[in-house]
Amino acid sequence: MSLLTVENLSIRYGENTVLSGVSLSITPGEIVTIVGPNGSGKTSLLRAIIGATRPAQGHVRHADGLRLGYVPQSLHIDPTLPITVARFLRLPNRASQAACQDALNDAGVPQLMDRQMSALSGGQFQRVLLARALLAKPQLLLLDEATQGLDQPGSAAFYRRIEKVRRDTGCAVLMISHELHVVMSASDRVICLNGHVCCEGTPEVVSSAPEYRALFGSGTGGALALYRHDHDHGHDHGHDHEHSHGDGHTHDTGCAHAPSAQPETDAVQ
Amino acid sequence: MMILDDFMMRATLAGIGVALAAAPLGSFVVWRRMAYFGDATAHAAILGVALSLALNMSIFVGAMAVALAMALTVTVLSRRGHAMDTMLGVLAHSALAFGLVAVSFLSGIRIDLMAYLFGDILAVSKGDLAVIWGGAALVIGLIGWRWSALLTSTLNEELAFASGMNPRREQMILTLALAITVAVAIKVVGVLLIAALLIIPPAAARPLARTPEAMAAIAALIGAGCAVVGLRAAYVLDTPAGPSIVCVAALIFVLTNIAAPLTRKP
Repeated sequence: MSLLTVENLSIRYGENTVLSGVSLSITPGEIVTIVGPNGSGKTSLLRAIIGATRPAQGHVRHADGLRLGYVPQSLHIDPTLPITVARFLRLPNRASQAACQDALNDAGVPQLMDRQMSALSGGQFQRVLLARALLAKPQLLLLDEATQGLDQPGSAAFYRRIEKVRRDTGCAVLMISHELHVVMSASDRVICLNGHVCCEGTPEVVSSAPEYRALFGSGTGGALALYRHDHDHGHDHGHDHEHSHGDGHTHDTGCAHAPSAQPETDAVQ
Repeated sequence: MMILDDFMMRATLAGIGVALAAAPLGSFVVWRRMAYFGDATAHAAILGVALSLALNMSIFVGAMAVALAMALTVTVLSRRGHAMDTMLGVLAHSALAFGLVAVSFLSGIRIDLMAYLFGDILAVSKGDLAVIWGGAALVIGLIGWRWSALLTSTLNEELAFASGMNPRREQMILTLALAITVAVAIKVVGVLLIAALLIIPPAAARPLARTPEAMAAIAALIGAGCAVVGLRAAYVLDTPAGPSIVCVAALIFVLTNIAAPLTRKP
Protein backbone atom coordinates (compact mmCIF):
# COMPACT_ATOMS: atom_id res chain seq x y z
CA MET A 1 0.00 0.00 0.00
CA SER A 2 1.64 3.22 -1.08
CA LEU A 3 0.64 6.85 -0.68
CA LEU A 4 2.07 7.91 -3.97
CA THR A 5 3.05 5.99 -7.07
CA VAL A 6 4.91 7.46 -10.00
CA GLU A 7 5.00 5.20 -13.04
CA ASN A 8 7.30 5.61 -15.97
CA LEU A 9 7.05 9.38 -15.81
CA SER A 10 8.49 11.53 -18.57
CA ILE A 11 8.41 15.32 -18.69
CA ARG A 12 9.25 17.50 -21.65
CA TYR A 13 9.44 21.23 -21.99
CA GLY A 14 9.22 21.79 -25.70
CA GLU A 15 12.08 19.85 -27.27
CA ASN A 16 13.82 19.45 -23.97
CA THR A 17 13.32 16.19 -22.10
CA VAL A 18 13.95 16.81 -18.41
CA LEU A 19 12.79 13.48 -17.04
CA SER A 20 12.33 10.11 -18.64
CA GLY A 21 11.04 6.83 -17.33
CA VAL A 22 10.95 7.75 -13.65
CA SER A 23 9.16 5.31 -11.36
CA LEU A 24 8.97 5.50 -7.60
CA SER A 25 6.57 4.98 -4.74
CA ILE A 26 6.27 6.30 -1.22
CA THR A 27 4.90 4.21 1.63
CA PRO A 28 3.39 5.69 4.82
CA GLY A 29 5.88 7.03 7.34
CA GLU A 30 9.08 6.86 5.31
CA ILE A 31 11.49 9.70 4.63
CA VAL A 32 12.70 9.72 1.06
CA THR A 33 15.21 12.19 -0.33
CA ILE A 34 15.78 13.02 -3.95
CA VAL A 35 19.28 14.16 -4.72
CA GLY A 36 20.68 15.18 -8.05
CA PRO A 37 22.67 17.93 -9.73
CA ASN A 38 21.11 21.17 -10.92
CA GLY A 39 18.92 20.59 -13.94
CA SER A 40 18.44 16.93 -13.08
CA GLY A 41 14.66 17.31 -13.00
CA LYS A 42 14.13 17.26 -9.22
CA THR A 43 11.79 20.22 -9.13
CA SER A 44 10.00 19.06 -12.28
CA LEU A 45 9.35 15.73 -10.57
CA LEU A 46 7.88 17.49 -7.55
CA ARG A 47 5.75 19.73 -9.77
CA ALA A 48 4.41 16.65 -11.55
CA ILE A 49 3.60 15.05 -8.20
CA ILE A 50 1.47 18.00 -7.08
CA GLY A 51 -0.15 18.22 -10.51
CA ALA A 52 1.40 21.51 -11.63
CA THR A 53 3.21 19.95 -14.60
CA ARG A 54 1.49 17.58 -16.97
CA PRO A 55 3.59 14.52 -17.76
CA ALA A 56 4.43 13.80 -21.39
CA GLN A 57 4.20 10.12 -20.51
CA GLY A 58 3.42 7.98 -17.51
CA HIS A 59 1.25 8.55 -14.46
CA VAL A 60 1.28 10.03 -11.01
CA ARG A 61 -1.20 8.29 -8.71
CA HIS A 62 -2.20 9.52 -5.28
CA ALA A 63 -3.78 7.22 -2.70
CA ASP A 64 -7.50 7.99 -2.27
CA GLY A 65 -7.99 11.20 -0.31
CA LEU A 66 -4.26 11.76 0.08
CA ARG A 67 -3.53 14.94 2.04
CA LEU A 68 -0.40 16.66 0.79
CA GLY A 69 1.64 19.18 2.72
CA TYR A 70 3.87 21.28 0.53
CA VAL A 71 6.75 23.53 1.50
CA PRO A 72 7.98 25.45 -1.53
CA GLN A 73 11.57 26.38 -2.23
CA SER A 74 10.76 30.04 -1.91
CA LEU A 75 7.64 32.09 -1.68
CA HIS A 76 7.54 35.64 -2.90
CA ILE A 77 4.71 37.65 -1.39
CA ASP A 78 3.96 40.75 -3.39
CA PRO A 79 4.34 43.87 -1.24
CA THR A 80 0.87 45.00 -2.32
CA LEU A 81 -0.65 41.96 -0.58
CA PRO A 82 -1.05 42.45 3.18
CA ILE A 83 -1.23 39.17 5.05
CA THR A 84 -0.60 38.25 8.66
CA VAL A 85 0.94 34.98 9.78
CA ALA A 86 -2.41 34.01 11.32
CA ARG A 87 -4.21 34.50 7.99
CA PHE A 88 -1.49 32.70 6.04
CA LEU A 89 -1.70 29.66 8.31
CA ARG A 90 -5.43 29.39 7.55
CA LEU A 91 -4.95 29.43 3.79
CA PRO A 92 -6.79 27.66 2.28
CA ASN A 93 -7.99 25.39 5.08
CA ARG A 94 -9.87 26.83 8.01
CA ALA A 95 -8.04 26.10 11.24
CA SER A 96 -8.93 27.29 14.72
CA GLN A 97 -6.96 30.01 16.47
CA ALA A 98 -5.78 27.44 19.02
CA ALA A 99 -4.58 25.03 16.33
CA CYS A 100 -2.65 27.83 14.65
CA GLN A 101 -1.06 28.87 17.94
CA ASP A 102 -0.10 25.23 18.64
CA ALA A 103 1.44 24.97 15.18
CA LEU A 104 3.53 28.08 15.80
CA ASN A 105 4.57 26.81 19.25
CA ASP A 106 5.71 23.53 17.71
CA ALA A 107 7.63 25.45 15.07
CA GLY A 108 9.42 27.39 17.81
CA VAL A 109 8.03 30.78 16.79
CA PRO A 110 5.09 31.27 19.21
CA GLN A 111 5.03 35.06 19.08
CA LEU A 112 4.59 35.60 15.34
CA MET A 113 0.80 35.27 15.04
CA ASP A 114 0.01 38.93 14.32
CA ARG A 115 3.11 39.77 12.34
CA GLN A 116 3.03 40.52 8.63
CA MET A 117 4.51 37.74 6.51
CA SER A 118 6.68 40.32 4.77
CA ALA A 119 8.26 41.28 8.10
CA LEU A 120 9.62 37.79 8.86
CA SER A 121 13.25 36.78 8.61
CA GLY A 122 14.25 33.94 6.30
CA GLY A 123 14.36 31.41 9.13
CA GLN A 124 11.02 32.51 10.60
CA PHE A 125 9.43 32.42 7.17
CA GLN A 126 10.59 28.84 6.61
CA ARG A 127 9.21 27.78 10.02
CA VAL A 128 5.86 29.36 9.25
CA LEU A 129 5.74 27.65 5.83
CA LEU A 130 6.34 24.28 7.49
CA ALA A 131 3.81 25.04 10.25
CA ARG A 132 1.20 25.83 7.62
CA ALA A 133 1.89 22.63 5.73
CA LEU A 134 1.59 20.59 8.95
CA LEU A 135 -1.71 22.24 9.95
CA ALA A 136 -3.44 20.31 7.18
CA LYS A 137 -2.32 17.08 8.92
CA PRO A 138 -0.66 15.79 5.77
CA GLN A 139 -0.04 12.10 5.11
CA LEU A 140 2.75 13.09 2.77
CA LEU A 141 4.94 16.11 3.26
CA LEU A 142 6.77 17.47 0.20
CA LEU A 143 9.79 19.70 0.75
CA ASP A 144 11.45 21.46 -2.17
CA GLU A 145 14.93 22.58 -1.08
CA ALA A 146 13.20 23.74 2.06
CA THR A 147 16.40 24.77 3.82
CA GLN A 148 17.62 27.11 1.14
CA GLY A 149 18.65 30.32 2.81
CA LEU A 150 19.12 28.74 6.22
CA ASP A 151 22.58 28.52 7.73
CA GLN A 152 24.14 25.21 8.71
CA PRO A 153 22.72 25.02 12.28
CA GLY A 154 19.39 26.22 10.95
CA SER A 155 19.10 23.49 8.37
CA ALA A 156 20.36 20.80 10.75
CA ALA A 157 17.64 21.89 13.19
CA PHE A 158 15.13 21.83 10.34
CA TYR A 159 15.91 18.21 9.48
CA ARG A 160 15.73 17.19 13.15
CA ARG A 161 12.30 18.79 13.20
CA ILE A 162 11.29 16.76 10.13
CA GLU A 163 12.35 13.54 11.85
CA LYS A 164 10.36 14.54 14.92
CA VAL A 165 7.30 15.31 12.80
CA ARG A 166 7.54 11.90 11.22
CA ARG A 167 7.86 10.25 14.64
CA ASP A 168 4.93 12.18 16.09
CA THR A 169 2.48 12.14 13.21
CA GLY A 170 3.65 9.20 11.12
CA CYS A 171 3.51 11.25 7.92
CA ALA A 172 5.75 10.31 5.04
CA VAL A 173 8.25 12.86 3.77
CA LEU A 174 9.54 13.35 0.26
CA MET A 175 12.22 15.98 0.01
CA ILE A 176 14.58 17.45 -2.48
CA SER A 177 17.90 18.64 -1.26
CA HIS A 178 21.32 19.77 -2.23
CA GLU A 179 22.68 19.25 1.24
CA LEU A 180 23.71 15.68 0.74
CA HIS A 181 25.73 15.31 3.89
CA VAL A 182 22.83 16.25 6.17
CA VAL A 183 20.09 14.70 4.15
CA MET A 184 21.68 11.33 3.60
CA SER A 185 21.74 10.59 7.28
CA ALA A 186 18.17 11.77 7.88
CA SER A 187 16.62 9.62 5.14
CA ASP A 188 15.31 6.08 5.03
CA ARG A 189 15.76 5.99 1.30
CA VAL A 190 17.62 8.11 -1.21
CA ILE A 191 16.79 8.44 -4.87
CA CYS A 192 19.55 9.77 -7.05
CA LEU A 193 18.12 11.58 -10.03
CA ASN A 194 19.74 12.83 -13.20
CA GLY A 195 17.10 12.95 -15.90
CA HIS A 196 16.25 9.41 -14.83
CA VAL A 197 16.62 7.43 -11.62
CA CYS A 198 20.36 6.67 -11.45
CA CYS A 199 20.14 4.58 -8.33
CA GLU A 200 18.08 4.31 -5.22
CA GLY A 201 18.12 2.59 -1.87
CA THR A 202 19.20 3.20 1.69
CA PRO A 203 21.71 6.03 2.15
CA GLU A 204 24.46 3.42 2.59
CA VAL A 205 23.60 1.65 -0.64
CA VAL A 206 23.27 4.83 -2.64
CA SER A 207 26.41 6.47 -1.43
CA SER A 208 28.41 3.42 -2.42
CA ALA A 209 26.65 2.90 -5.74
CA PRO A 210 28.84 3.52 -8.78
CA GLU A 211 26.14 5.71 -10.37
CA TYR A 212 26.03 7.96 -7.35
CA ARG A 213 29.79 8.18 -7.18
CA ALA A 214 29.97 8.99 -10.84
CA LEU A 215 27.61 11.88 -10.22
CA PHE A 216 28.82 13.16 -6.89
CA GLY A 217 32.35 11.85 -6.74
CA SER A 218 33.92 8.76 -5.33
CA GLY A 219 35.55 8.24 -2.00
CA THR A 220 33.96 9.78 0.98
CA GLY A 221 30.34 10.32 0.05
CA GLY A 222 29.06 13.32 1.90
CA ALA A 223 30.62 16.71 1.70
CA LEU A 224 33.91 15.95 -0.02
CA ALA A 225 32.04 14.27 -2.80
CA LEU A 226 30.59 17.60 -3.81
CA TYR A 227 33.95 18.77 -5.00
CA ARG A 228 34.67 15.80 -7.15
CA HIS A 229 32.56 15.54 -10.21
CA ASP A 230 33.62 12.88 -12.64
CA HIS A 231 31.55 13.20 -15.74
CA ASP A 232 32.24 9.77 -17.09
CA HIS A 233 28.81 8.48 -16.24
CA GLY A 234 27.55 8.72 -19.78
CA HIS A 235 24.83 11.31 -19.30
CA ASP A 236 24.32 13.22 -22.46
CA HIS A 237 21.62 15.61 -21.31
CA GLY A 238 24.02 18.50 -21.03
CA HIS A 239 23.10 19.18 -17.41
CA ASP A 240 25.28 21.55 -15.62
CA HIS A 241 26.59 20.21 -12.40
CA GLU A 242 26.94 23.19 -10.24
CA HIS A 243 27.08 22.39 -6.61
CA SER A 244 28.44 24.73 -4.09
CA HIS A 245 28.99 23.78 -0.57
CA GLY A 246 29.13 27.28 0.69
CA ASP A 247 29.54 26.82 4.42
CA GLY A 248 33.20 26.06 4.64
CA HIS A 249 32.44 22.83 6.39
CA THR A 250 34.56 19.88 5.45
CA HIS A 251 34.73 16.30 6.53
CA ASP A 252 37.57 13.95 7.15
CA THR A 253 37.36 10.67 5.42
CA GLY A 254 36.48 9.15 8.75
CA CYS A 255 33.34 11.20 8.87
CA ALA A 256 31.80 9.49 5.86
CA HIS A 257 28.15 8.77 6.06
CA ALA A 258 28.04 5.37 4.56
CA PRO A 259 28.27 3.14 7.60
CA SER A 260 26.54 5.34 10.09
CA ALA A 261 22.90 6.33 10.31
CA GLN A 262 23.59 8.88 13.02
CA PRO A 263 22.42 12.40 12.37
CA GLU A 264 25.29 14.73 11.96
CA THR A 265 25.86 16.88 14.99
CA ASP A 266 29.28 18.39 14.55
CA ALA A 267 28.08 21.64 13.08
CA VAL A 268 25.05 22.06 15.23
CA GLN A 269 26.32 22.98 18.61
CA MET B 1 -39.56 53.51 -6.76
CA MET B 2 -39.92 57.29 -6.70
CA ILE B 3 -36.41 57.60 -5.40
CA LEU B 4 -35.02 56.29 -8.69
CA ASP B 5 -36.69 59.07 -10.62
CA ASP B 6 -33.94 61.41 -9.53
CA PHE B 7 -31.02 61.21 -11.97
CA MET B 8 -28.50 62.03 -9.25
CA MET B 9 -29.79 59.17 -7.14
CA ARG B 10 -29.53 56.76 -10.08
CA ALA B 11 -26.03 57.99 -10.83
CA THR B 12 -24.94 57.57 -7.22
CA LEU B 13 -26.36 54.06 -6.98
CA ALA B 14 -24.68 53.14 -10.29
CA GLY B 15 -21.35 54.45 -9.03
CA ILE B 16 -21.65 52.57 -5.76
CA GLY B 17 -22.57 49.35 -7.58
CA VAL B 18 -19.53 49.52 -9.82
CA ALA B 19 -17.25 50.47 -6.92
CA LEU B 20 -18.41 47.50 -4.83
CA ALA B 21 -17.65 45.02 -7.62
CA ALA B 22 -14.42 46.73 -8.61
CA ALA B 23 -12.94 46.64 -5.08
CA PRO B 24 -12.43 42.88 -4.54
CA LEU B 25 -11.63 42.31 -8.22
CA GLY B 26 -9.28 45.29 -8.27
CA SER B 27 -7.49 43.91 -5.21
CA PHE B 28 -6.64 40.77 -7.14
CA VAL B 29 -5.63 42.85 -10.15
CA VAL B 30 -3.21 44.75 -7.90
CA TRP B 31 -1.86 41.66 -6.11
CA ARG B 32 -1.31 39.80 -9.37
CA ARG B 33 0.18 42.84 -11.09
CA MET B 34 -2.45 42.76 -13.80
CA ALA B 35 -3.09 46.51 -13.96
CA TYR B 36 -2.39 46.75 -17.67
CA PHE B 37 -4.45 43.66 -18.24
CA GLY B 38 -7.49 45.55 -16.92
CA ASP B 39 -6.62 48.49 -19.12
CA ALA B 40 -6.35 46.36 -22.24
CA THR B 41 -9.61 44.57 -21.56
CA ALA B 42 -11.35 47.91 -21.15
CA HIS B 43 -9.90 49.34 -24.37
CA ALA B 44 -11.10 46.32 -26.28
CA ALA B 45 -14.61 46.94 -25.04
CA ILE B 46 -14.99 49.96 -27.35
CA LEU B 47 -14.81 47.52 -30.26
CA GLY B 48 -17.59 45.60 -28.53
CA VAL B 49 -19.66 48.77 -28.32
CA ALA B 50 -19.21 49.37 -32.05
CA LEU B 51 -20.14 45.80 -32.89
CA SER B 52 -23.23 45.82 -30.72
CA LEU B 53 -24.44 49.05 -32.30
CA ALA B 54 -23.86 47.61 -35.76
CA LEU B 55 -25.58 44.35 -34.93
CA ASN B 56 -28.28 46.12 -32.98
CA MET B 57 -27.83 44.19 -29.77
CA SER B 58 -27.30 45.09 -26.15
CA ILE B 59 -24.13 47.09 -25.52
CA PHE B 60 -23.58 45.20 -22.29
CA VAL B 61 -23.46 41.87 -24.13
CA GLY B 62 -21.26 43.17 -26.95
CA ALA B 63 -18.78 44.88 -24.67
CA MET B 64 -18.59 41.86 -22.42
CA ALA B 65 -18.10 39.41 -25.30
CA VAL B 66 -15.23 41.39 -26.82
CA ALA B 67 -13.66 42.11 -23.42
CA LEU B 68 -13.79 38.39 -22.61
CA ALA B 69 -12.33 37.42 -25.98
CA MET B 70 -9.55 39.95 -25.45
CA ALA B 71 -8.77 38.74 -21.94
CA LEU B 72 -8.72 35.09 -23.02
CA THR B 73 -6.43 35.87 -25.98
CA VAL B 74 -3.98 37.63 -23.71
CA THR B 75 -4.07 34.82 -21.14
CA VAL B 76 -3.46 32.12 -23.74
CA LEU B 77 -0.71 34.03 -25.58
CA SER B 78 1.12 34.90 -22.37
CA ARG B 79 1.12 31.24 -21.37
CA ARG B 80 2.82 30.48 -24.70
CA GLY B 81 5.67 32.73 -23.67
CA HIS B 82 4.96 36.01 -25.46
CA ALA B 83 6.05 39.11 -23.57
CA MET B 84 2.97 40.26 -21.69
CA ASP B 85 3.42 44.03 -21.80
CA THR B 86 4.21 44.14 -25.52
CA MET B 87 1.21 42.00 -26.31
CA LEU B 88 -1.11 44.06 -24.16
CA GLY B 89 0.15 47.16 -25.94
CA VAL B 90 -0.47 45.67 -29.36
CA LEU B 91 -3.87 44.17 -28.60
CA ALA B 92 -5.29 46.96 -26.44
CA HIS B 93 -4.52 49.83 -28.73
CA SER B 94 -5.36 48.04 -31.95
CA ALA B 95 -8.69 46.94 -30.47
CA LEU B 96 -9.38 50.54 -29.47
CA ALA B 97 -8.35 51.82 -32.92
CA PHE B 98 -10.42 49.21 -34.76
CA GLY B 99 -13.33 50.06 -32.48
CA LEU B 100 -13.09 53.76 -33.27
CA VAL B 101 -12.82 53.08 -37.02
CA ALA B 102 -15.72 50.63 -36.87
CA VAL B 103 -17.89 53.23 -35.16
CA SER B 104 -17.24 55.70 -37.99
CA PHE B 105 -18.75 53.23 -40.47
CA LEU B 106 -22.03 53.27 -38.59
CA SER B 107 -23.42 56.16 -40.61
CA GLY B 108 -27.07 55.42 -39.84
CA ILE B 109 -26.79 56.05 -36.14
CA ARG B 110 -25.36 59.12 -34.54
CA ILE B 111 -23.64 58.07 -31.38
CA ASP B 112 -21.75 60.08 -28.89
CA LEU B 113 -18.48 58.25 -28.66
CA MET B 114 -17.37 60.41 -25.78
CA ALA B 115 -20.08 58.75 -23.72
CA TYR B 116 -18.28 55.41 -24.06
CA LEU B 117 -14.75 56.71 -23.72
CA PHE B 118 -15.45 58.76 -20.60
CA GLY B 119 -18.76 57.36 -19.43
CA ASP B 120 -22.03 59.16 -18.91
CA ILE B 121 -23.08 58.27 -15.43
CA LEU B 122 -25.71 61.00 -15.31
CA ALA B 123 -27.61 59.34 -18.16
CA VAL B 124 -27.96 55.99 -16.36
CA SER B 125 -31.50 54.66 -16.72
CA LYS B 126 -33.39 52.33 -14.38
CA GLY B 127 -32.66 49.50 -16.80
CA ASP B 128 -28.93 50.33 -16.77
CA LEU B 129 -29.07 50.36 -13.00
CA ALA B 130 -30.51 46.84 -12.98
CA VAL B 131 -27.73 45.65 -15.31
CA ILE B 132 -25.04 47.33 -13.18
CA TRP B 133 -26.26 45.91 -9.89
CA GLY B 134 -26.93 42.50 -11.46
CA GLY B 135 -23.40 42.42 -12.89
CA ALA B 136 -21.89 43.68 -9.65
CA ALA B 137 -23.71 41.00 -7.65
CA LEU B 138 -22.45 38.39 -10.10
CA VAL B 139 -18.84 39.56 -9.79
CA ILE B 140 -18.99 39.78 -5.99
CA GLY B 141 -20.65 36.36 -5.80
CA LEU B 142 -18.08 34.81 -8.14
CA ILE B 143 -15.11 36.21 -6.23
CA GLY B 144 -16.64 35.45 -2.83
CA TRP B 145 -17.32 31.87 -3.87
CA ARG B 146 -13.75 31.30 -5.08
CA TRP B 147 -12.06 33.60 -2.54
CA SER B 148 -9.91 31.05 -0.79
CA ALA B 149 -8.76 29.35 -3.99
CA LEU B 150 -8.14 32.68 -5.72
CA LEU B 151 -6.08 33.93 -2.82
CA THR B 152 -4.00 30.75 -2.57
CA SER B 153 -3.37 30.76 -6.33
CA THR B 154 -2.38 34.41 -6.19
CA LEU B 155 0.06 33.78 -3.37
CA ASN B 156 1.77 30.79 -4.95
CA GLU B 157 0.73 28.52 -7.79
CA GLU B 158 2.41 25.40 -6.40
CA LEU B 159 0.83 25.91 -2.99
CA ALA B 160 -2.56 25.95 -4.72
CA PHE B 161 -1.83 22.81 -6.77
CA ALA B 162 -0.71 20.97 -3.64
CA SER B 163 -4.03 21.87 -1.99
CA GLY B 164 -5.87 20.29 -4.91
CA MET B 165 -6.80 23.55 -6.61
CA ASN B 166 -6.34 24.51 -10.22
CA PRO B 167 -4.76 27.98 -10.44
CA ARG B 168 -5.45 28.17 -14.17
CA ARG B 169 -9.16 27.79 -13.59
CA GLU B 170 -9.01 30.48 -10.93
CA GLN B 171 -7.26 32.76 -13.41
CA MET B 172 -10.12 32.19 -15.84
CA ILE B 173 -12.62 33.15 -13.14
CA LEU B 174 -10.80 36.43 -12.59
CA THR B 175 -10.74 37.01 -16.34
CA LEU B 176 -14.48 36.43 -16.52
CA ALA B 177 -15.11 38.76 -13.57
CA LEU B 178 -12.96 41.40 -15.24
CA ALA B 179 -14.96 41.20 -18.47
CA ILE B 180 -18.26 41.54 -16.58
CA THR B 181 -16.97 44.52 -14.61
CA VAL B 182 -15.74 46.28 -17.74
CA ALA B 183 -19.07 45.76 -19.48
CA VAL B 184 -20.95 47.03 -16.42
CA ALA B 185 -18.70 50.02 -15.79
CA ILE B 186 -18.44 51.25 -19.38
CA LYS B 187 -21.52 53.44 -18.99
CA VAL B 188 -20.44 54.80 -15.61
CA VAL B 189 -16.81 55.81 -15.99
CA GLY B 190 -16.14 54.88 -19.60
CA VAL B 191 -13.44 52.80 -21.23
CA LEU B 192 -10.54 55.07 -20.38
CA LEU B 193 -11.22 55.28 -16.66
CA ILE B 194 -12.40 51.77 -15.80
CA ALA B 195 -8.92 50.66 -14.86
CA ALA B 196 -8.69 53.63 -12.49
CA LEU B 197 -11.71 52.43 -10.56
CA LEU B 198 -10.18 48.94 -10.37
CA ILE B 199 -6.72 49.98 -9.23
CA ILE B 200 -6.96 53.19 -7.20
CA PRO B 201 -9.30 52.15 -4.35
CA PRO B 202 -7.31 48.97 -3.52
CA ALA B 203 -4.05 50.91 -3.80
CA ALA B 204 -5.47 53.52 -1.44
CA ALA B 205 -6.63 50.78 0.95
CA ARG B 206 -3.29 48.95 1.03
CA PRO B 207 -1.56 51.02 3.76
CA LEU B 208 -4.63 50.69 6.00
CA ALA B 209 -5.01 46.90 5.76
CA ARG B 210 -3.34 43.97 7.51
CA THR B 211 -5.14 41.13 5.76
CA PRO B 212 -6.33 40.57 2.18
CA GLU B 213 -9.98 40.59 3.29
CA ALA B 214 -9.56 43.91 5.08
CA MET B 215 -7.92 45.41 2.00
CA ALA B 216 -10.83 44.41 -0.25
CA ALA B 217 -13.40 45.69 2.28
CA ILE B 218 -11.64 49.02 2.80
CA ALA B 219 -11.26 49.37 -0.98
CA ALA B 220 -15.02 48.87 -1.34
CA LEU B 221 -15.70 51.58 1.25
CA ILE B 222 -13.27 53.97 -0.41
CA GLY B 223 -14.70 53.24 -3.86
CA ALA B 224 -18.28 53.79 -2.76
CA GLY B 225 -17.27 56.97 -0.91
CA CYS B 226 -15.54 58.26 -4.05
CA ALA B 227 -18.71 57.68 -6.08
CA VAL B 228 -20.80 59.69 -3.62
CA VAL B 229 -18.30 62.52 -3.10
CA GLY B 230 -17.20 62.65 -6.74
CA LEU B 231 -20.76 62.97 -8.02
CA ARG B 232 -21.58 65.63 -5.47
CA ALA B 233 -18.45 67.55 -6.45
CA ALA B 234 -19.32 67.22 -10.13
CA TYR B 235 -22.79 68.64 -9.41
CA VAL B 236 -21.52 71.56 -7.36
CA LEU B 237 -18.46 72.41 -9.48
CA ASP B 238 -20.09 71.52 -12.80
CA THR B 239 -17.30 69.12 -13.75
CA PRO B 240 -17.56 65.84 -15.74
CA ALA B 241 -18.93 63.14 -13.43
CA GLY B 242 -16.79 60.05 -14.21
CA PRO B 243 -13.44 61.87 -14.08
CA SER B 244 -14.52 63.65 -10.88
CA ILE B 245 -15.03 60.27 -9.18
CA VAL B 246 -11.56 59.15 -10.27
CA CYS B 247 -10.04 62.44 -9.06
CA VAL B 248 -11.52 61.94 -5.59
CA ALA B 249 -10.10 58.39 -5.55
CA ALA B 250 -6.67 59.71 -6.52
CA LEU B 251 -6.79 62.26 -3.70
CA ILE B 252 -7.69 59.56 -1.18
CA PHE B 253 -4.81 57.44 -2.50
CA VAL B 254 -2.39 60.31 -1.87
CA LEU B 255 -3.88 60.89 1.57
CA THR B 256 -3.68 57.28 2.83
CA ASN B 257 -0.22 56.73 1.40
CA ILE B 258 1.13 59.88 3.03
CA ALA B 259 -0.75 59.44 6.30
CA ALA B 260 -0.07 55.74 6.85
CA PRO B 261 3.71 55.95 7.47
CA LEU B 262 3.07 58.79 9.95
CA THR B 263 0.60 56.83 12.05
CA ARG B 264 2.51 53.55 11.94
CA LYS B 265 3.99 52.39 15.22
CA PRO B 266 7.76 52.72 15.35
